[in-house]
Amino acid sequence: MGSKPSVLIITGYGVNCEAESRVAWELAGAEVQLVHLHDLLDAPDRLRDFKALMFIGGFSFGDHMGSGHVLALRIRHHLREELERFIAGGHLILGVCNGFQVMVKLGLLPGLDNQYFTQTVALMQNDCGTFQNFWVTLGFEPQSPCIFTRGLTRMPLPIRHGEGKIFTRDKSLLERIEAGHGVACRYGDPATGAPVMTFPDNPNGSLNAIAGLCDPTGRIFGLMPHPEAYLFPENHPQWQRQKLDGTLPEEGLGLKLFRNAVGYLDNH
Amino acid sequence: MPYRIEIGLKRGAHDARGHGVKAKARQILNLPIRSVQTRTVYKVDAPMARSELKAVRQAFTDPVIETSAAGRLRPPRFDWLIEVGFKPGVTDNVGRTARVALSDVLDRALDPGEDVYTSLQYFIRAPEMSREQARQLGTDLLANPLIHSLQVFSADEWRTHPADDSVPAIHDKPEPEAQPFDLQGTDADLVRISREHILSLNIEEMRTIRDYFNSPDVRAARQALHLPEQPTDVEVECVAQSWSEHCCHKIFAARIRYVDEQGREQIINSLFDTFVKGATRKIAESVPWLVSVFTDNAGIIRFNERLNLVYKVETHNSPSALDPYGGAMTGIVGVNRDPMGTGMGAALLCNVWGYCLGSPFYKGHLPEGLMHPRRIRDGVHLGVIEGGNQSGIPWARGWEVFADRFIGKPLVFCGTVGTLPVKVNGRPSEEKVVLPGDAMVMVGGRIGKDGIHGATFSSEELRTESPVQAVQIGDPITQRKMYEFLLEARDLGLYRCITDNGAGGLSCSIGEMGRMSGGADLDLARAPLKYQGLKPWEILLSEAQERMTLAVAPDNVKDFLTLAQRRDVDANVLGTFTDSGVFLIRYGERVVGRLDMNFLYKGCPVMDLEARWTPPDIPGPAPMRGGNRTRALRNLLGSLNVCSKEFKSRQYDGEVKGLSVVKPYGGVFSDMPSDATILRIDYAGQEGILLAEGINPFYSDIDTYWMMASVIDEAVRRIISAGGTLGLIAGLDNFCWPDPVESEKTPDGQYKLAQLVRANQALYDITTAYRVPCISGKDSCKNDSTRGGRKISIPPTVLFSTIAPMGDIRQAVTMDMKRAGDLIYVIGLTRNELGASAFHRMAAEQQGTPERYGGIVPHLDAPGALALYTAMNLAIARGLLRSSHTPTRGGLAVAITLSALGGNLGAHIDLTLVPAAGALTDDALLFSESNSRFVVTVAPENAGDFETLFANLPCARVGETTPDAQLIITGQKGHTLIQSELNSLRKVFKGTLHGI
Repeated sequence: MGSKPSVLIITGYGVNCEAESRVAWELAGAEVQLVHLHDLLDAPDRLRDFKALMFIGGFSFGDHMGSGHVLALRIRHHLREELERFIAGGHLILGVCNGFQVMVKLGLLPGLDNQYFTQTVALMQNDCGTFQNFWVTLGFEPQSPCIFTRGLTRMPLPIRHGEGKIFTRDKSLLERIEAGHGVACRYGDPATGAPVMTFPDNPNGSLNAIAGLCDPTGRIFGLMPHPEAYLFPENHPQWQRQKLDGTLPEEGLGLKLFRNAVGYLDNH
Repeated sequence: MPYRIEIGLKRGAHDARGHGVKAKARQILNLPIRSVQTRTVYKVDAPMARSELKAVRQAFTDPVIETSAAGRLRPPRFDWLIEVGFKPGVTDNVGRTARVALSDVLDRALDPGEDVYTSLQYFIRAPEMSREQARQLGTDLLANPLIHSLQVFSADEWRTHPADDSVPAIHDKPEPEAQPFDLQGTDADLVRISREHILSLNIEEMRTIRDYFNSPDVRAARQALHLPEQPTDVEVECVAQSWSEHCCHKIFAARIRYVDEQGREQIINSLFDTFVKGATRKIAESVPWLVSVFTDNAGIIRFNERLNLVYKVETHNSPSALDPYGGAMTGIVGVNRDPMGTGMGAALLCNVWGYCLGSPFYKGHLPEGLMHPRRIRDGVHLGVIEGGNQSGIPWARGWEVFADRFIGKPLVFCGTVGTLPVKVNGRPSEEKVVLPGDAMVMVGGRIGKDGIHGATFSSEELRTESPVQAVQIGDPITQRKMYEFLLEARDLGLYRCITDNGAGGLSCSIGEMGRMSGGADLDLARAPLKYQGLKPWEILLSEAQERMTLAVAPDNVKDFLTLAQRRDVDANVLGTFTDSGVFLIRYGERVVGRLDMNFLYKGCPVMDLEARWTPPDIPGPAPMRGGNRTRALRNLLGSLNVCSKEFKSRQYDGEVKGLSVVKPYGGVFSDMPSDATILRIDYAGQEGILLAEGINPFYSDIDTYWMMASVIDEAVRRIISAGGTLGLIAGLDNFCWPDPVESEKTPDGQYKLAQLVRANQALYDITTAYRVPCISGKDSCKNDSTRGGRKISIPPTVLFSTIAPMGDIRQAVTMDMKRAGDLIYVIGLTRNELGASAFHRMAAEQQGTPERYGGIVPHLDAPGALALYTAMNLAIARGLLRSSHTPTRGGLAVAITLSALGGNLGAHIDLTLVPAAGALTDDALLFSESNSRFVVTVAPENAGDFETLFANLPCARVGETTPDAQLIITGQKGHTLIQSELNSLRKVFKGTLHGI
């Protein structure tokens, strides 16, 4: 084991999950730097100092022209070359919620055919029309190449978004994503984990109940639910019952995704 | 010429926004609408080549789900088009963000005049809808005429009408002149001037101002500065702000002669000093954790060796009445700045909100100019949802109270908890110092006409002609940027002192800080403006949002401004703090105002007021007939003031930061309101805080003394119920009163003022008995509306908020029953106290005599309560409680029901066993709202230990939890009073406001 892998979290302009995201990576064994977007755009080559990049949740630019739209526009205009280099270097990129939206707007996801900068799917407004915050059950796809979700089967996590519905009018594209196992996790039935299309188990009406996507390499991953909001066992809405039942985990289950990522970085 | 870009969804992409409009238009306005499709319009006011326009259009459009066109996009089939834009000068957040995107695409910095404006189009398919109805849809649902422009086109009109490319830019010519005010006329003239200029000053205050400017010293000093003989508008407006009820709390500072029901007379020199501060002073002798109270923007208490807690709750009532969305958003974003501007500046931990509103189902007559309560409610919620969510601050508490007396003025409470390191750069973080010579720096948003006269306006009743500028719209992202920058600057030691710009704008923030150095020298011409054309006094008073004022040591100015630039935050030096004793106001080269600090802050005359208490005589309802109370319970559970508020609450983000422990809604299905909310303080350990509150304006009708006592007890016992510790609880008092000053408009002023006195007396008595010091608070004393010739006053309302540290959050106890076979205990005495209870109000309503809800209002036995709370603390520390829930509205019956619903477990209860004060009817046992009680469940193996703890206290085992999902309560005669499936009770509890 060498030194801890370094992770870059981009901050500023309305994204707001930097504190818990930092703690998540640190608990998993990484070293984290928060860098303000303004500073990164000033010196894009700073990206070369890192092994992983995280686009965090929040409301970049207020989500005013659509979630993640303007942040993606800025990154496309000012950071594209360095990002291409970063991806080619085999590093990891994680996006949660607004970060996922930014990645989809950029085209990093689903990232088919190495087209990382052409948007092909959308995260659009929830079918219910409003922002929603509650816990959902996430079912992970065993065949997905996703580094972050390796070995995971099912996990409760909170969702907090108004625009989380994966959508495309292109059926064949959806089929290609599915065929390549680009769907890393789906909204599931709390009892069985089977994919669901009905509210509230599927909070937004996402096609094929998709909650998270990865690129064909499995190194680039985004999801709407918030693993960084489940770092403590007591984050879970039923922790008191779990305690009585003896099923309260030692640590929040969301950490597992970060541990997977750091484990991968330690070996690469 | 501006370029118009229209963007719509592609076919097949679900238009949730349009769908929502259709649903509401049909549901609320009964309009015959078949479909609504929405589009966003950007008007780009910047010169562009054709290729640039194309690039901009493409960059603004989502290629997967959207389609767009320069000029007009082919419309869907429609009968009416409603287009809603902003009026000039109104904050257009989307437009501002689009401007950033425009700059990126054009790859150049934009000139100040180059801008982007947005509007929304609603294409409506409704062949049977008339023009009048289309217009009604616009004014009653889609647009607020105070801030929006509204255009309605039929399909034919739209086809023949050229595409609108006008923009709501402000083209006023600059008028940087300060005008003198003539104060030399008669008293009648002075009154007229006060009213016409919305100064909200009474005749004595106007005379005091006139006399000040007539005094020889002031004349000489002003003459030396080449100021006119008469005061300038800058000076008069500045004094009016500083002396407004909103800023200087004249009613709470007044000298009051109070006469009680027996004719005994008492002179009170300042309610605030005597009762509120007086109580806290007394409690401070025995609690060691008060750090800074009543002096700063928010109260500060010690949390641990590392951190202090900062807490403030505000109201934003008047702005929310005019524009619910914008007013409420500025309410939440505005109160965020209080902790940010407390001490050296706090980090924000969580938000709380609560609203007193008219029923969303209100069917009565609405005075002209008032919005329907449902629209107000929707707007208020959305404003606080978007303000809080976009700021990245989780909500921790939320509640709603409904009564038709709130249709004139809704009450919008917003609060924020922050954390402040005990020391910042080695110095105590609560100390505020400004030194002469420090630079005066304004940070954050720019100044516009928004919010001018907010402070004076909220100091009066709501009139039909209330000023449009009083409306503000928040911009959470600008504030978030500023917030992150300020924390960075704080830890780098780049500033010396900070405060927020709230009511009164610069006039108040600079004055406040100038008092610390002893003077201020301000140049208004250096303030950044949103647009030209503001007069000097408008710049000084503007309540444009997202601004803080700081004192920066001369050596740090450069570094401070450089960091601000790197964080894309506006920061400008506006002047210097001095020790001259004078607030000097310049506009460029010229001096436009000069005020002695002493006069400004200590010159306001103290009012003399009369208060007379006559206990009201409110009869009670007739006893309810029959023996079965299942239906009564169902009705109560579904009633507006008891039912679930979860539907709206789910739209607030409660989990950002990942610190939540006990969420606002809990239980097996996460659908029952928690007694208190618990969250970790940070990621380091198991320490956290508890938050709760008490509110019950209904009791005020009988006696505000017991109303106050009851809301304090509720706020405290909720904390106790969830695991908080007596002796560590702090309180915040927010008073909202109808105008209590006797006048022609308020003939019952003496009674209302007596109500205020009594509430304050109770605040002193109970907080000192409980040792729960108030650390911060606010009063709002003009909550009346006289529109359409009808006066509507709110009932006297106090929100008492509590906060307490928790050493180990894993000791939390939640309200939901946990296991079948657990024993159910009722702790605390039930008394015959049904006056103004939810049960009496329901019964009175059903009997067709809604005003007959009287009876004995809940009283409070503080020593008795303290003994119970001490025992509760021990029981929880020893882990003896499986669940705990404190009864509030609806009494024991509702409390047991919710606790059972939370666990999805049945409960069998025998009322005979409930500890009671004397012989009580079954109805009193079920529904009385007596204070200081708990319903707890205990595992059978712990029953012995538990009963020993409560051996000499009113506490009894009343039943047990069962696996059968049935609630069964038997009465004193042994018959079944209540029997119901849990599911059907859950349905009524959740049904009333579901989807509303």
